[in-house]
Amino acid sequence: MNTVAVARLIAAKDLRVERRSKIVTNQVLPFAGITMVSFAFALDKQNVLDTVAPGLVWLATMFSLLIIVQRTFAIETDDGALDAMRVAGVDPRAIFMGKAMALGVQLLVLEAMLFGAAVIFYGESIPSEHAVASVVLLVTTMLSATCGLAAVGTLYGGLAAGFKGSETLLPLLTLPAVAPVLIGATKAVESAVGTSGAVVSEGWQWVGLLTVFAVAAVVGGALAFGPLIDD
Amino acid sequence: MTTIDPARAEHETERQPASPPRRSTATRGTRIIGIGAIVALGWLIAFGLGFSPADRDQLESVRILYVHVPTIWLAYLAFIVTAVSSAMYLFSKKKSLGWDRAAGASAEIGVTFVAVTLAVGAMWGRLTWGVFWQWDARLTTTALLFVTYIGYLAVRRLGGSHEQRAKRSAVLGMIAVVEIPLVHFSVKMWRSLHQEATVANLDGDTKMDGLMLFSLFVGVIAFTLLYVWLMLHRTRAMAMEDLLEERGLDDALVARRAEAAATTPPPTSTTTSTTTTGSDS
Repeated sequence: MNTVAVARLIAAKDLRVERRSKIVTNQVLPFAGITMVSFAFALDKQNVLDTVAPGLVWLATMFSLLIIVQRTFAIETDDGALDAMRVAGVDPRAIFMGKAMALGVQLLVLEAMLFGAAVIFYGESIPSEHAVASVVLLVTTMLSATCGLAAVGTLYGGLAAGFKGSETLLPLLTLPAVAPVLIGATKAVESAVGTSGAVVSEGWQWVGLLTVFAVAAVVGGALAFGPLIDD
Repeated sequence: MTTIDPARAEHETERQPASPPRRSTATRGTRIIGIGAIVALGWLIAFGLGFSPADRDQLESVRILYVHVPTIWLAYLAFIVTAVSSAMYLFSKKKSLGWDRAAGASAEIGVTFVAVTLAVGAMWGRLTWGVFWQWDARLTTTALLFVTYIGYLAVRRLGGSHEQRAKRSAVLGMIAVVEIPLVHFSVKMWRSLHQEATVANLDGDTKMDGLMLFSLFVGVIAFTLLYVWLMLHRTRAMAMEDLLEERGLDDALVARRAEAAATTPPPTSTTTSTTTTGSDS
């Protein structure tokens, strides 16, 4: 069986585990929602919320990413499944790709919910005069940012998995590493929704940065994951 | 007490045959470098605080830059050494732990230098901009670099064997180094309050007074010598720590066995008799 097929099997397995346990739907999505509401309480000014809403959406995504990554690797390490897969001769690149794909799918669902929350709680909207261009930019930003986040989250989740203190180590490693995604995705979404007069065309350079980051994270992660979990 | 020869420990962490015990990581070479570093630091104080002129706009606060700039350059160098040493460990056939210790020691020194850069930079910011910290591209990316390498040092302390530590941290050391170009070119990539590079720029124009430039040069020499001195001592100390961990368990086992042999009385007829009496009663 080739690497891609194994990766798809692992992704399907992770998503099946999630569908049955409903941790993301019952715990992570409500957590992300309450984070958005808490931001609104803390900032407490509609004009400030209008300006910072794109950044808050991505910040809530990053916090939720940490919980999902902890969860996805806790499942593996609790039963020694990661070791079992390696002993069974599964290619580490397939494990990395599979887990990153499953994480990416969960993140896309989460981001869609958070953008919905931003519309409801912060009054964000797509400018009607160039709605199609804005939606295309928004969707492309979400896809490229999600690839980068999923790859970095999987790599560092694998590194910290099974060690004492991994709960605190994971944010310390992951948040600085995904800072370029936070910056790029926020700027691109600001362009898509027209925050502070930003125009759609300005957003594409940030999508370029997100794409470069995603490619580097996926390739680097696939190469580095093997040595990390071979211990 | 276990005594370790650092000169031998630096090369190999396996058990060494008996050799004259030494308790210091210093050698003649490190002493010469250390004296050189002290002299250069004294020279930096003389030029930085005395001979070099005050700046027309920044006034006396410009003197902070003779520490601020060399420490961040040396931090970049330290992190590049970490990345190169990590690559040498991962891709060399021998997988020598010496590369891993060099990577770890260099990262520790780099983190210290970035902390100094941030601290003196905050002082300079207070004097020049009126605030200790500004959410500016250069400052933010430098803070990210600092946190990233604190994470690297945390990964080194996760536990496990020396080989596990080396492999995990080598991967991270090679990934983390890509932040350096992001930090250095952040002033060009984003609108930044921080000034662009005056010396390390691509157009080759240093835009700086001659004596100020010389004072900066003295700072670079002083902190480079300090970096080399710290690297030599820290790698040797780490080799001793690794050796101590390996020998510590063996020594403890030998000590416990000796203790057990000394305290356990040999079986005698009196003991047997007492036990039998006790049972009967």
